Amino acid sequence: MAQVSSIADEQAPNPLSASKSVLLRISRFNPEFDESNKFMEFSVPYQKWTTVLEAILDVKKHFDHSVAVRYSCRQATCGSCGMLINGKPRLACFTKISELDSDVVTVEPMNNFPVIRDLAVKFERLFDTHQKIKPYLIRDDTELESDQREFLQSPQELENFIQFANCIKCGLCNSACPTMTTDSSFVGPQALAQAYRYVADSRDKGKDTRLDIIDESHGIWRCHFAGSCSQVCPKGVDPAMGIQFLRGYLLGFRS
Amino acid sequence: MTQDENKEGVKGMVNPGRYGIERIAYLLMRLTGLGLLGYFIAHIYETSNILRGRMGWDDFLAMTQTTEGHIFLVLVIGMCVFHTGNGIRIMMGHGGVGVGKPARPDYPYDPASQNYRHKIGIYSSIVLAAVAMMYGMAVMFGE
Ligand code: HEM
Ligand code: SF4
Ligand code: FES
Repeated sequence: MAQVSSIADEQAPNPLSASKSVLLRISRFNPEFDESNKFMEFSVPYQKWTTVLEAILDVKKHFDHSVAVRYSCRQATCGSCGMLINGKPRLACFTKISELDSDVVTVEPMNNFPVIRDLAVKFERLFDTHQKIKPYLIRDDTELESDQREFLQSPQELENFIQFANCIKCGLCNSACPTMTTDSSFVGPQALAQAYRYVADSRDKGKDTRLDIIDESHGIWRCHFAGSCSQVCPKGVDPAMGIQFLRGYLLGFRS
Repeated sequence: MTQDENKEGVKGMVNPGRYGIERIAYLLMRLTGLGLLGYFIAHIYETSNILRGRMGWDDFLAMTQTTEGHIFLVLVIGMCVFHTGNGIRIMMGHGGVGVGKPARPDYPYDPASQNYRHKIGIYSSIVLAAVAMMYGMAVMFGE
Protein backbone atom coordinates (compact mmCIF):
# COMPACT_ATOMS: atom_id res chain seq x y z
CA MET A 1 0.00 0.00 0.00
CA ALA A 2 2.97 2.27 0.43
CA GLN A 3 3.44 2.36 -3.31
CA VAL A 4 2.86 5.84 -4.64
CA SER A 5 0.58 6.02 -7.61
CA SER A 6 0.69 9.06 -9.80
CA ILE A 7 -2.20 10.55 -11.67
CA ALA A 8 0.18 12.71 -13.65
CA ASP A 9 1.59 9.51 -15.25
CA GLU A 10 -1.86 8.27 -16.05
CA GLN A 11 -4.04 11.02 -17.27
CA ALA A 12 -4.10 14.43 -15.74
CA PRO A 13 -7.53 16.04 -15.45
CA ASN A 14 -6.22 19.04 -17.30
CA PRO A 15 -2.75 18.29 -18.66
CA LEU A 16 -2.20 21.74 -20.15
CA SER A 17 -2.13 23.57 -16.84
CA ALA A 18 -1.25 20.83 -14.36
CA SER A 19 2.03 22.05 -12.96
CA LYS A 20 2.53 21.05 -9.34
CA SER A 21 1.71 17.84 -7.61
CA VAL A 22 1.15 16.88 -4.02
CA LEU A 23 1.40 13.59 -2.14
CA LEU A 24 -2.12 12.75 -1.00
CA ARG A 25 -2.23 10.20 1.84
CA ILE A 26 -5.66 8.71 2.36
CA SER A 27 -6.54 6.77 5.49
CA ARG A 28 -8.23 3.46 4.56
CA PHE A 29 -10.17 1.57 7.18
CA ASN A 30 -13.13 -0.77 7.11
CA PRO A 31 -14.26 -1.56 10.66
CA GLU A 32 -15.82 -4.82 9.44
CA PHE A 33 -12.51 -6.30 8.31
CA ASP A 34 -9.58 -4.16 9.43
CA GLU A 35 -7.79 -4.04 12.76
CA SER A 36 -6.39 -0.59 12.13
CA ASN A 37 -6.15 1.96 9.35
CA LYS A 38 -3.58 2.01 6.57
CA PHE A 39 -2.53 4.92 4.39
CA MET A 40 -2.63 4.82 0.61
CA GLU A 41 -0.47 7.35 -1.14
CA PHE A 42 -1.10 9.10 -4.44
CA SER A 43 0.71 11.79 -6.30
CA VAL A 44 -1.97 14.21 -7.46
CA PRO A 45 -1.53 17.24 -9.73
CA TYR A 46 -3.14 20.40 -8.47
CA GLN A 47 -3.79 24.02 -9.31
CA LYS A 48 -3.92 27.03 -7.05
CA TRP A 49 -7.68 26.48 -6.73
CA THR A 50 -7.81 22.68 -6.42
CA THR A 51 -9.60 21.60 -3.25
CA VAL A 52 -8.74 18.57 -1.16
CA LEU A 53 -12.11 17.08 -2.12
CA GLU A 54 -11.31 17.45 -5.82
CA ALA A 55 -7.98 15.69 -5.26
CA ILE A 56 -9.74 12.81 -3.47
CA LEU A 57 -12.30 12.57 -6.27
CA ASP A 58 -9.42 12.51 -8.80
CA VAL A 59 -8.02 9.51 -6.96
CA LYS A 60 -11.42 7.84 -7.02
CA LYS A 61 -11.78 8.49 -10.74
CA HIS A 62 -8.32 7.38 -11.81
CA PHE A 63 -7.12 4.84 -9.25
CA ASP A 64 -9.39 3.47 -6.64
CA HIS A 65 -13.08 3.97 -6.80
CA SER A 66 -13.53 2.23 -3.45
CA VAL A 67 -12.23 5.19 -1.39
CA ALA A 68 -15.20 6.07 0.81
CA VAL A 69 -15.87 9.79 1.14
CA ARG A 70 -19.11 11.66 1.77
CA TYR A 71 -19.81 14.86 -0.11
CA SER A 72 -22.59 16.59 -1.93
CA CYS A 73 -22.62 20.35 -2.45
CA ARG A 74 -18.88 20.96 -2.96
CA GLN A 75 -19.41 24.50 -1.66
CA ALA A 76 -19.36 24.38 2.16
CA THR A 77 -23.11 24.22 2.42
CA CYS A 78 -24.23 20.64 2.99
CA GLY A 79 -21.78 19.85 5.82
CA SER A 80 -20.93 16.38 4.49
CA CYS A 81 -17.22 16.46 3.76
CA GLY A 82 -15.65 17.14 7.17
CA MET A 83 -12.41 15.25 7.74
CA LEU A 84 -9.00 15.63 9.33
CA ILE A 85 -6.75 17.36 6.82
CA ASN A 86 -3.15 17.45 7.97
CA GLY A 87 -4.36 16.76 11.50
CA LYS A 88 -7.03 19.46 11.74
CA PRO A 89 -10.76 19.11 11.16
CA ARG A 90 -11.73 20.95 7.97
CA LEU A 91 -14.19 20.72 5.10
CA ALA A 92 -12.48 18.99 2.15
CA CYS A 93 -14.47 21.08 -0.34
CA PHE A 94 -13.52 24.33 1.40
CA THR A 95 -9.81 23.64 1.82
CA LYS A 96 -7.51 24.40 -1.07
CA ILE A 97 -4.37 22.30 -1.34
CA SER A 98 -2.36 25.45 -2.05
CA GLU A 99 -3.39 27.03 1.25
CA LEU A 100 -2.08 24.07 3.25
CA ASP A 101 1.47 25.03 2.34
CA SER A 102 2.71 21.45 2.39
CA ASP A 103 3.95 18.86 -0.10
CA VAL A 104 2.03 16.17 1.75
CA VAL A 105 -1.69 16.21 2.40
CA THR A 106 -2.93 13.58 4.84
CA VAL A 107 -6.66 12.96 5.07
CA GLU A 108 -8.25 10.93 7.87
CA PRO A 109 -11.78 10.54 9.20
CA MET A 110 -12.89 13.12 11.78
CA ASN A 111 -12.19 12.21 15.39
CA ASN A 112 -14.94 11.70 17.93
CA PHE A 113 -17.26 10.17 15.32
CA PRO A 114 -17.57 6.44 14.58
CA VAL A 115 -15.96 5.52 11.25
CA ILE A 116 -18.22 3.94 8.64
CA ARG A 117 -15.38 3.40 6.17
CA ASP A 118 -12.27 5.36 5.18
CA LEU A 119 -13.22 9.05 5.40
CA ALA A 120 -16.94 8.65 6.01
CA VAL A 121 -18.18 8.90 9.60
CA LYS A 122 -21.52 8.39 11.33
CA PHE A 123 -23.48 11.50 12.27
CA GLU A 124 -26.24 9.88 14.34
CA ARG A 125 -24.96 11.19 17.64
CA LEU A 126 -24.55 14.74 16.36
CA PHE A 127 -28.10 14.68 15.01
CA ASP A 128 -29.35 13.25 18.32
CA THR A 129 -27.70 15.94 20.44
CA HIS A 130 -28.87 18.57 17.97
CA GLN A 131 -32.43 17.31 18.31
CA LYS A 132 -32.10 17.14 22.08
CA ILE A 133 -31.87 20.91 22.45
CA LYS A 134 -35.19 21.32 20.56
CA PRO A 135 -33.99 23.12 17.42
CA TYR A 136 -37.28 24.80 16.58
CA LEU A 137 -39.33 27.73 17.86
CA ILE A 138 -41.06 26.90 21.13
CA ARG A 139 -44.13 28.97 21.99
CA ASP A 140 -47.71 28.41 23.01
CA ASP A 141 -48.93 29.12 19.50
CA THR A 142 -46.17 27.17 17.75
CA GLU A 143 -48.27 26.13 14.80
CA LEU A 144 -49.58 28.97 12.68
CA GLU A 145 -53.31 29.06 11.96
CA SER A 146 -54.24 29.27 8.32
CA ASP A 147 -55.24 32.93 8.51
CA GLN A 148 -52.02 34.03 10.28
CA ARG A 149 -48.90 35.48 8.71
CA GLU A 150 -45.37 34.58 9.85
CA PHE A 151 -44.07 35.57 13.33
CA LEU A 152 -42.71 39.08 13.01
CA GLN A 153 -39.15 40.06 13.86
CA SER A 154 -37.16 43.25 13.36
CA PRO A 155 -33.87 43.28 11.43
CA GLN A 156 -32.06 44.11 14.69
CA GLU A 157 -33.57 41.08 16.40
CA LEU A 158 -32.42 38.94 13.50
CA GLU A 159 -28.82 40.08 14.02
CA ASN A 160 -28.84 38.58 17.53
CA PHE A 161 -28.88 35.02 16.26
CA ILE A 162 -28.32 34.92 12.48
CA GLN A 163 -24.64 34.09 12.99
CA PHE A 164 -25.57 30.90 14.83
CA ALA A 165 -28.17 29.98 12.21
CA ASN A 166 -25.26 29.58 9.76
CA CYS A 167 -24.45 26.15 11.21
CA ILE A 168 -24.34 23.44 8.52
CA LYS A 169 -24.04 20.53 11.00
CA CYS A 170 -20.67 19.50 9.62
CA GLY A 171 -19.42 18.38 13.04
CA LEU A 172 -15.95 19.95 12.75
CA CYS A 173 -16.49 21.69 16.10
CA ASN A 174 -17.35 18.43 17.85
CA SER A 175 -14.24 16.88 16.31
CA ALA A 176 -11.94 19.67 17.58
CA CYS A 177 -13.45 19.92 21.08
CA PRO A 178 -11.09 18.71 23.85
CA THR A 179 -14.01 17.52 25.99
CA MET A 180 -15.34 15.35 23.17
CA THR A 181 -11.95 13.57 22.99
CA THR A 182 -12.79 11.63 26.15
CA ASP A 183 -16.47 12.20 26.95
CA SER A 184 -18.99 10.20 24.91
CA SER A 185 -21.98 11.82 26.63
CA PHE A 186 -21.08 15.50 26.27
CA VAL A 187 -23.78 17.36 24.38
CA GLY A 188 -21.07 19.11 22.34
CA PRO A 189 -20.42 22.57 20.86
CA GLN A 190 -22.65 22.07 17.81
CA ALA A 191 -25.79 21.42 19.86
CA LEU A 192 -24.94 24.04 22.48
CA ALA A 193 -24.45 26.70 19.80
CA GLN A 194 -27.86 25.77 18.38
CA ALA A 195 -29.41 26.01 21.85
CA TYR A 196 -28.16 29.59 21.90
CA ARG A 197 -29.40 30.21 18.36
CA TYR A 198 -32.99 29.58 19.54
CA VAL A 199 -32.64 31.19 22.95
CA ALA A 200 -31.47 34.39 21.22
CA ASP A 201 -34.37 34.34 18.75
CA SER A 202 -36.98 36.94 19.73
CA ARG A 203 -39.80 34.71 18.40
CA ASP A 204 -38.84 31.86 20.71
CA LYS A 205 -40.17 31.35 24.23
CA GLY A 206 -38.29 28.14 25.06
CA LYS A 207 -35.32 29.64 26.91
CA ASP A 208 -36.04 27.98 30.26
CA THR A 209 -36.78 24.62 28.64
CA ARG A 210 -33.46 24.66 26.79
CA LEU A 211 -31.44 25.93 29.75
CA ASP A 212 -32.92 23.00 31.73
CA ILE A 213 -31.84 20.53 29.05
CA ILE A 214 -28.22 21.71 28.94
CA ASP A 215 -27.88 22.20 32.71
CA GLU A 216 -26.83 18.64 33.48
CA SER A 217 -23.59 16.85 34.30
CA HIS A 218 -22.66 16.12 30.67
CA GLY A 219 -24.18 19.37 29.48
CA ILE A 220 -22.81 22.90 29.24
CA TRP A 221 -20.60 22.64 32.35
CA ARG A 222 -18.18 20.34 30.51
CA CYS A 223 -17.16 23.26 28.30
CA HIS A 224 -13.86 24.81 29.43
CA PHE A 225 -13.78 27.60 26.84
CA ALA A 226 -10.76 26.19 24.99
CA GLY A 227 -12.27 27.74 21.85
CA SER A 228 -11.08 25.04 19.41
CA CYS A 229 -14.66 24.65 18.11
CA SER A 230 -14.75 28.27 17.00
CA GLN A 231 -11.32 28.04 15.40
CA VAL A 232 -12.33 25.21 13.08
CA CYS A 233 -15.90 26.26 12.26
CA PRO A 234 -16.03 26.85 8.47
CA LYS A 235 -19.11 29.09 8.70
CA GLY A 236 -18.05 31.55 11.39
CA VAL A 237 -20.68 30.29 13.83
CA ASP A 238 -18.35 30.77 16.84
CA PRO A 239 -19.93 28.10 19.08
CA ALA A 240 -17.68 29.13 22.00
CA MET A 241 -19.31 32.56 22.06
CA GLY A 242 -22.83 31.14 22.11
CA ILE A 243 -21.92 28.65 24.81
CA GLN A 244 -20.48 31.32 27.12
CA PHE A 245 -23.61 33.47 26.59
CA LEU A 246 -25.75 30.49 27.59
CA ARG A 247 -23.63 29.91 30.65
CA GLY A 248 -23.94 33.62 31.40
CA TYR A 249 -27.72 33.05 31.73
CA LEU A 250 -27.23 30.05 34.00
CA LEU A 251 -24.68 31.83 36.19
CA GLY A 252 -26.77 34.98 36.44
CA PHE A 253 -24.33 37.23 34.54
CA ARG A 254 -27.04 37.79 31.91
CA SER A 255 -30.81 37.83 32.06
CA MET B 1 -9.15 3.51 15.05
CA THR B 2 -10.85 0.30 16.09
CA GLN B 3 -12.53 2.23 18.86
CA ASP B 4 -16.21 2.67 18.30
CA GLU B 5 -16.32 6.43 18.32
CA ASN B 6 -12.77 7.01 17.11
CA LYS B 7 -12.29 9.37 20.05
CA GLU B 8 -8.90 11.02 20.25
CA GLY B 9 -8.59 10.26 23.96
CA VAL B 10 -6.35 11.98 26.45
CA LYS B 11 -3.61 12.21 23.81
CA GLY B 12 -5.79 14.45 21.69
CA MET B 13 -6.98 16.43 24.68
CA VAL B 14 -3.46 17.35 25.78
CA ASN B 15 -2.07 17.92 22.28
CA PRO B 16 -1.62 21.71 22.32
CA GLY B 17 -0.21 22.07 18.83
CA ARG B 18 -3.19 22.63 16.60
CA TYR B 19 -5.58 25.19 18.00
CA GLY B 20 -3.63 28.24 19.07
CA ILE B 21 -2.81 29.84 22.40
CA GLU B 22 -6.34 29.30 23.79
CA ARG B 23 -5.89 25.52 23.69
CA ILE B 24 -2.47 25.89 25.34
CA ALA B 25 -4.11 27.97 28.10
CA TYR B 26 -6.71 25.21 28.49
CA LEU B 27 -3.96 22.64 29.00
CA LEU B 28 -1.95 24.86 31.38
CA MET B 29 -5.10 25.58 33.40
CA ARG B 30 -5.70 21.84 33.86
CA LEU B 31 -2.08 21.09 34.71
CA THR B 32 -1.75 23.98 37.14
CA GLY B 33 -5.14 23.17 38.71
CA LEU B 34 -4.09 19.59 39.30
CA GLY B 35 -0.62 20.72 40.46
CA LEU B 36 -2.17 23.11 42.96
CA LEU B 37 -4.53 20.42 44.19
CA GLY B 38 -1.53 18.16 44.72
CA TYR B 39 0.29 20.96 46.51
CA PHE B 40 -2.76 21.71 48.65
CA ILE B 41 -2.96 18.12 49.86
CA ALA B 42 0.78 17.99 50.47
CA HIS B 43 0.52 21.31 52.28
CA ILE B 44 -2.12 19.98 54.68
CA TYR B 45 0.08 16.96 55.32
CA GLU B 46 3.11 19.19 55.80
CA THR B 47 1.43 21.53 58.26
CA SER B 48 0.02 18.56 60.20
CA ASN B 49 3.63 17.89 61.19
CA ILE B 50 3.17 20.54 63.84
CA LEU B 51 1.54 17.75 65.84
CA ARG B 52 4.99 16.16 66.08
CA GLY B 53 6.20 19.14 68.05
CA ARG B 54 8.84 21.71 67.23
CA MET B 55 11.51 19.21 66.16
CA GLY B 56 9.21 17.43 63.77
CA TRP B 57 8.06 20.74 62.30
CA ASP B 58 11.59 22.04 61.80
CA ASP B 59 12.66 18.69 60.34
CA PHE B 60 9.97 18.77 57.76
CA LEU B 61 10.44 22.43 56.92
CA ALA B 62 14.11 21.77 56.26
CA MET B 63 12.98 19.96 53.09
CA THR B 64 11.97 23.28 51.58
CA GLN B 65 15.44 24.69 52.25
CA THR B 66 17.12 22.35 49.77
CA THR B 67 17.69 23.15 46.09
CA GLU B 68 14.97 20.67 45.10
CA GLY B 69 12.65 22.26 47.66
CA HIS B 70 13.33 25.71 46.21
CA ILE B 71 12.65 24.53 42.67
CA PHE B 72 9.41 22.92 43.83
CA LEU B 73 8.29 26.14 45.53
CA VAL B 74 9.19 28.19 42.44
CA LEU B 75 6.94 25.87 40.40
CA VAL B 76 4.14 26.32 42.94
CA ILE B 77 4.49 30.11 42.66
CA GLY B 78 4.28 29.90 38.86
CA MET B 79 1.28 27.57 38.98
CA CYS B 80 -0.49 29.80 41.49
CA VAL B 81 -0.01 32.99 39.49
CA PHE B 82 -0.94 31.51 36.10
CA HIS B 83 -3.95 29.65 37.50
CA THR B 84 -5.29 32.75 39.24
CA GLY B 85 -4.70 35.14 36.32
CA ASN B 86 -6.07 32.80 33.70
CA GLY B 87 -8.83 31.71 36.09
CA ILE B 88 -10.13 35.27 36.30
CA ARG B 89 -10.07 35.48 32.50
CA ILE B 90 -11.98 32.20 32.16
CA MET B 91 -14.52 33.17 34.82
CA MET B 92 -15.31 36.36 32.88
CA GLY B 93 -15.50 34.38 29.63
CA HIS B 94 -17.74 31.77 31.20
CA GLY B 95 -20.09 34.56 32.19
CA GLY B 96 -20.21 35.79 28.62
CA VAL B 97 -18.03 38.82 29.35
CA GLY B 98 -15.55 39.92 26.68
CA VAL B 99 -16.39 37.11 24.25
CA GLY B 100 -17.50 39.46 21.48
CA LYS B 101 -20.89 40.26 20.01
CA PRO B 102 -22.88 38.20 17.50
CA ALA B 103 -22.37 39.58 14.01
CA ARG B 104 -22.86 38.33 10.48
CA PRO B 105 -19.76 36.26 9.83
CA ASP B 106 -17.59 36.97 6.85
CA TYR B 107 -14.64 35.15 5.28
CA PRO B 108 -12.11 34.23 6.70
CA TYR B 109 -14.46 33.81 9.69
CA ASP B 110 -12.12 34.81 12.51
CA PRO B 111 -14.11 33.94 15.64
CA ALA B 112 -14.89 36.98 17.79
CA SER B 113 -14.72 34.92 21.00
CA GLN B 114 -11.04 34.22 20.39
CA ASN B 115 -10.24 37.92 20.52
CA TYR B 116 -7.20 39.96 21.50
CA ARG B 117 -8.58 40.68 24.98
CA HIS B 118 -8.50 37.02 25.87
CA LYS B 119 -5.17 36.50 24.15
CA ILE B 120 -3.71 39.39 26.15
CA GLY B 121 -5.21 37.80 29.29
CA ILE B 122 -3.45 34.51 28.54
CA TYR B 123 -0.10 36.02 27.60
CA SER B 124 -0.08 38.33 30.62
CA SER B 125 -0.88 35.42 32.95
CA ILE B 126 2.11 33.57 31.51
CA VAL B 127 4.38 36.63 31.78
CA LEU B 128 3.20 37.38 35.33
CA ALA B 129 3.84 33.76 36.33
CA ALA B 130 7.35 33.95 34.85
CA VAL B 131 8.10 37.23 36.65
CA ALA B 132 6.81 35.84 39.96
CA MET B 133 8.93 32.72 39.49
CA MET B 134 12.02 34.80 38.80
CA TYR B 135 11.34 36.94 41.87
CA GLY B 136 10.85 33.76 43.92
CA MET B 137 14.14 32.37 42.64
CA ALA B 138 15.92 35.62 43.42
CA VAL B 139 14.61 35.51 46.99
CA MET B 140 15.22 31.81 47.62
CA PHE B 141 18.49 31.29 45.81
CA GLY B 142 19.82 34.77 46.48
CA GLU B 143 20.18 34.27 50.21
C1 HEM C 1 -7.71 32.71 43.13
C2 HEM C 1 -7.42 31.48 42.91
C3 HEM C 1 -8.11 30.62 41.85
C4 HEM C 1 -8.90 30.94 40.80
C5 HEM C 1 -9.34 32.32 40.33
C6 HEM C 1 -9.27 29.71 40.15
C7 HEM C 1 -10.07 29.59 39.03
C8 HEM C 1 -10.37 28.42 38.40
C9 HEM C 1 -11.27 28.29 37.27
C10 HEM C 1 -12.05 29.40 36.62
C11 HEM C 1 -11.29 26.98 36.91
C12 HEM C 1 -12.11 26.35 35.80
C13 HEM C 1 -11.31 26.32 34.53
C14 HEM C 1 -12.07 25.67 33.42
O1 HEM C 1 -13.26 25.90 33.22
O2 HEM C 1 -11.42 24.92 32.69
C15 HEM C 1 -10.41 26.27 37.81
C16 HEM C 1 -10.15 24.93 37.72
C17 HEM C 1 -9.44 24.21 38.67
N1 HEM C 1 -8.81 24.73 39.78
FE1 HEM C 1 -8.71 26.70 40.29
N2 HEM C 1 -8.70 28.66 40.82
C18 HEM C 1 -7.99 29.17 41.88
C19 HEM C 1 -7.27 28.48 42.83
C20 HEM C 1 -7.14 27.10 42.86
C21 HEM C 1 -6.46 26.35 43.92
C22 HEM C 1 -5.82 26.97 45.15
C23 HEM C 1 -6.54 25.04 43.58
C24 HEM C 1 -6.01 23.80 44.30
C25 HEM C 1 -6.22 23.56 45.54
C26 HEM C 1 -7.25 24.95 42.31
C27 HEM C 1 -7.52 23.77 41.65
C28 HEM C 1 -8.23 23.68 40.49
C29 HEM C 1 -8.47 22.45 39.77
C30 HEM C 1 -8.03 21.05 40.17
C31 HEM C 1 -9.22 22.78 38.63
C32 HEM C 1 -9.76 21.82 37.56
C33 HEM C 1 -8.88 21.89 36.36
C34 HEM C 1 -9.56 21.35 35.13
O3 HEM C 1 -10.43 20.49 35.22
O4 HEM C 1 -9.19 21.79 34.03
N3 HEM C 1 -7.61 26.22 41.93
N4 HEM C 1 -9.85 27.18 38.70
S1 SF4 D 1 -20.99 25.15 14.55
FE1 SF4 D 1 -19.64 25.34 12.74
S2 SF4 D 1 -18.21 23.60 12.93
FE2 SF4 D 1 -19.95 23.18 14.28
S3 SF4 D 1 -21.34 21.91 13.05
FE3 SF4 D 1 -22.02 24.05 12.84
S4 SF4 D 1 -20.97 24.80 10.99
FE4 SF4 D 1 -19.92 22.90 11.60
S1 FES E 1 -19.37 18.84 0.05
FE1 FES E 1 -20.94 20.01 1.04
S2 FES E 1 -19.81 20.92 2.67
FE2 FES E 1 -18.23 20.00 1.53
